[in-house]
Amino acid sequence: MQIEEIQEEIISEFSMFDDWMQRYEYMIELGKSLPKIEEHYKTDEHLIKGCQSKVWVHAALEDGKVVFTADSDAIITKGIIAILIRAFSNQKPADILAAKTDFIDEIGLKEHLSPTRANGLVSMIKQLKMYALAYETQMES
Amino acid sequence: MLDVTEIRKDFPILHRQVNGQPLVYLDNAATSQTPRQVIDTIVDYYSRYNANIHRGVHTLSQEATDAYEQARIKIQKHFGAANTREIIMTSGTTEGINLVAQGFTGFLETGDEIWVSAMEHHSNIVPWQMLCERTGARLRVIPMNEEGVLVLEPFKEGLSDRTKLVFCNHVSNALGTVNPIEEIIQTAHSAGAAVLIDGAQAAPHMRADMQKLDVDFYTVSAHKLCGPTGAGALYGKEEWLKKLPPYQGGGEMISEVTFEKTTYAALPHKFEAGTPNICGGIAFGAALDYLNGIGMDQIAAYEAELLSYATESLLAIEGLKIYGQAARKTSVISFNLEGVHPYDVGTLLDKMGIAVRTGHHCAQPVMDFYKIPGTIRASFSFYNTREEVDRLAQGVEKARQMLS
Repeated sequence: MQIEEIQEEIISEFSMFDDWMQRYEYMIELGKSLPKIEEHYKTDEHLIKGCQSKVWVHAALEDGKVVFTADSDAIITKGIIAILIRAFSNQKPADILAAKTDFIDEIGLKEHLSPTRANGLVSMIKQLKMYALAYETQMES
Repeated sequence: MLDVTEIRKDFPILHRQVNGQPLVYLDNAATSQTPRQVIDTIVDYYSRYNANIHRGVHTLSQEATDAYEQARIKIQKHFGAANTREIIMTSGTTEGINLVAQGFTGFLETGDEIWVSAMEHHSNIVPWQMLCERTGARLRVIPMNEEGVLVLEPFKEGLSDRTKLVFCNHVSNALGTVNPIEEIIQTAHSAGAAVLIDGAQAAPHMRADMQKLDVDFYTVSAHKLCGPTGAGALYGKEEWLKKLPPYQGGGEMISEVTFEKTTYAALPHKFEAGTPNICGGIAFGAALDYLNGIGMDQIAAYEAELLSYATESLLAIEGLKIYGQAARKTSVISFNLEGVHPYDVGTLLDKMGIAVRTGHHCAQPVMDFYKIPGTIRASFSFYNTREEVDRLAQGVEKARQMLS
């Protein structure tokens, strides 16, 4: 599936809920299905800076596609990174770089997008895109 | 007993909604809210007599100078300083600490010792580390125990004629512990060391009397006392302030300037370079008037009751642990839910309109002591109610159900 289609799918899942509590409960559920980073990658090198909770992200290139794994010590953060990874993992670097992130607004998580927000959603997106950029550059050369 | 319903009418912000719910503001240890009386003072200053102080001959300048110096007198009286020469207007606690740390550079040499407590805010650790780097002095730590209480024995045993300075907060921002500063001051003085007490977290809850305490330096922030941000005061014993060199150079702090030599202004202006936060200083004075109008003893009694009610309510929640169980505490509760990250709880509480602080509270050594990434901190003020405590307890219980 293309990134855009996955994002549409996530938006339609979240549109079923009418209050914040259900949305957060679903996000917590999604966190449980997060493709887990291997324990030995939980190092400072894989830590995303700017989050009050810890978030580790690892990326690998498999058959021309970037595969992300991650983890966090906070449950809500785990849900947020799980949503991002669902949209961006197993995609071509160029597609990840070109992808929009408006869907975050549409699933009612807009407040997490503020750059000063302690959870660092912005830092997470940036980190995923930086991995994609690195692989894109690598593939070009 | 104080009438909290009437008091709440003074605070416009307490009547707003957050995420569709009436705001429950429990982050008072980070900053307190501002009553109408203080807001009016700020508006009045800018509407009627905004001018630069201490040098103008015109009426506005004179009025602003009078109001600013009047605020200094209010601060002096409130904190029981001997005279206004001992009150330095600052931008806040951090500046007060840095002013003293900077001033001591020339008084220390390699091998001298500085003691700090284990429960300091980063602002009361970093300036001393920097001072140690400049001078070769050594930083030593007064340890704490599991209850969040300082253990003074190692400090008493470790004191010597090399001990030059001792720093401690009056109340811990992370735990709410009221530290035995009277004993610390006496002990330090017996070894000939000077003492700086960080009063930022104590001042909103109790009145500290500088002369009774016999403390050398004491520093506070206006914004934790119903005043504005960017204003504060440093108390210093006159004999110390005379000895310390100026902190910053500039206008206001000089007596005479030629290219050969400058003579400094007399106290307190020697430490007040440049145009100060005039409005902030005046509003600080108004905030003290407001608090004294209610009465610090009344505030303390009400907050103590609220603290015990909140402690009881929160401890009824499964898996909730409170950090800092000192017998003498201000109305601050630092806690965690078993197996849950504090950030998760803080995020969900915010969705319910409840403002708490999460994280390490700029006191990483305290978090390291308990081996936790941080806590959820609910800090109560005299304008908080039992109903708000109930909303907090219900909110935490809801978060627990969602997160476990």
